[in-house]
Amino acid sequence: MLEWLDLIWSFLIVRVVVGVLVITVVLLLAVAYFTYWERKILAWAQLRKGPNVVGPFGLWQPFADGLKLLMKETVVPSGANPVVFIAAPILTFTLSLIAWAVIPFDTGLVLADINVGILYLFAISSLGVYGIIMAGWASNSKYAFLGALRSAAQMVSYEVSIGFVIVTVLLCAGSLNLTAIVESQRHIWYVVPLFPMAVVFFISGLAETNRAPFDLVEGESELVAGYFVEYSSMAFALFFLGEYANMILVSTMTSILFLGGWLAPFNWHPFDGVLGHAWAMLWFALKIGLMCFCFLWVRATFPRYRYDQLMRLGWKVFLPLSLAWLVATAGVLVATGWVPK
Amino acid sequence: MASLDRTARSLLLAEIVGGLWLTLKYILFRKPVTLNYPYEKGPISPRFRGEHALRRYPNGEERCIACKLCEAICPALAITIEAEAREDGSRRTTRYDIDMTKCIYCGFCQEACPVDAIVEGPNFEFAAETREELFYDKDKLLANGDRWEAEIARNIALDAPYR
Repeated sequence: MLEWLDLIWSFLIVRVVVGVLVITVVLLLAVAYFTYWERKILAWAQLRKGPNVVGPFGLWQPFADGLKLLMKETVVPSGANPVVFIAAPILTFTLSLIAWAVIPFDTGLVLADINVGILYLFAISSLGVYGIIMAGWASNSKYAFLGALRSAAQMVSYEVSIGFVIVTVLLCAGSLNLTAIVESQRHIWYVVPLFPMAVVFFISGLAETNRAPFDLVEGESELVAGYFVEYSSMAFALFFLGEYANMILVSTMTSILFLGGWLAPFNWHPFDGVLGHAWAMLWFALKIGLMCFCFLWVRATFPRYRYDQLMRLGWKVFLPLSLAWLVATAGVLVATGWVPK
Repeated sequence: MASLDRTARSLLLAEIVGGLWLTLKYILFRKPVTLNYPYEKGPISPRFRGEHALRRYPNGEERCIACKLCEAICPALAITIEAEAREDGSRRTTRYDIDMTKCIYCGFCQEACPVDAIVEGPNFEFAAETREELFYDKDKLLANGDRWEAEIARNIALDAPYR
C-alpha cells in the first residue's frame, strides 16, 4: 500500500496537482473567512455586532452567501459582448490564483521555485487590470466603463512605485527568488531599515487591489458598483473571490518582502520535520493575517480619495519618495560594502 | 518653523496614524451598541403611541360612550363609528372600526376621548401580511384592550402628573 503511494508520489504531475488543490482550497477558505472578518471588523469599528445569526458567531455566513450566489442566474445584458463578458471574471479569478504558484510557504515548500519569482508576481498583478478592463468594456454600460477606465489608470500609476519598492528590496536581498529574499532577512526584517518603503508598498497595494481608501473603481456613490455593475451570480462571485484573493496576495507579498515571511521574530525553532514546517507556516499565517487586518482597519478608518488626490499621491509623492529611497539604499549598500554577492 | 512642523506632520503621517489609533480603540475595546432586536428591545416612553385598544371599566363594562369625538378629530379619517341605544338605554357603539393603514398615529383620538376608552398602547409589533388584517373592528380593539390593559393603565398613571 505504502509502496503504491510512494510510486504515485514520485510523479511530478501528481505532486503538482495535489499542491495546486491544497493551495486553492486553503486560499478559497481563507477568502471566505476574510469576507466574514471584514464584516465583523467593520461592524466592531462602527459599534455593531456584524454577522451573528448563521451558525455560531455567524461563522457559516460566508457559505450561505456563496450558496446564494451559486443559485442565482447569471444575467448577460442584451447590449453586452457575451464572450468577453463571461471571460472577464474567469480571467480575474484565474490570475488571482496562479500568482500563488511561486509563493513559498517554508524553505522548500513552494509549487514552482523559479528564480524570477518576484518578477512573475509583478507581471501577474499587472495582468489583473485586463480582467477589469474587459469587464468594463464588455458590459456596455457607462458605469462599468468609467470604473474600468479609473482602475486601469490607477493600477498602472501605482505599479510604478511598487516596482521601485521591489527593486529596493532586491538590492538588499540580491535575488529575485522569493525563498532567497525571505532567507536574506534572517538577521533583520526589511521592515526595519526600509520602513518608509514598506509603508509605500502597503499603500500602493491598497491602490493596486482597488481597496478603500482608493476604491474609486467601485465608488458606489458615483459609479453604483464600478466595473462589475452588470454582473450577477457566479460571475460576480468570481470577481469578488479574485479581489479578495488579491488582497491576501498583497498581504503575503508584504510579509515576504518586509516581514521576513515564515521566519519567527526570535531565533527559536522547537520542532523538526512536519511540525517544523507547521511552525514556520504558523508565523507566515500570522503575518499575513496581520496585513489583512490592516486592509480592513484602513477601510474602517479612511474616507475615499478624490481621483486627482489619488493620482497626486501616486505620481507626486510615492514615485519621488520611492525613487529617492532606492538611490539612497543603493548608495548605502555600495558605500558600506553590504552589497549581497 | 510652522512649515517645518507641518511638513514633519505630513511626512510622519501624524493624522493618519491618529485616525487608525482611534478606530483600533473602537475595534478592540468599545462594546457594540446593537440591540439584538427580536430578542432584545429598547425602552419605550409611557407616551408611546402604538397599536390602538378600546378599554373597559374594571367591572367589564366597555368605556366607549359613542360620543364620536375621536371620529370627528381623526385627521386621517381612519375611524368609523355607528351607535344606537342598548336595551338598558345606554348609548353604545354597534360598530367601531379603525383603518390602521390610514392611521397616522397622531394620538388625537386618545386626547379627544372623554372617558379614556380609545388609547394607543405600547405595542408596535402588529405587522400583517394582508391589508384586511389591518382593518380593525370593535372586537379586535376590545381584545387589544383586554390584552394590554396592565401596560396601558401603568402608562396612563405614569403620564398623569404631566397632564
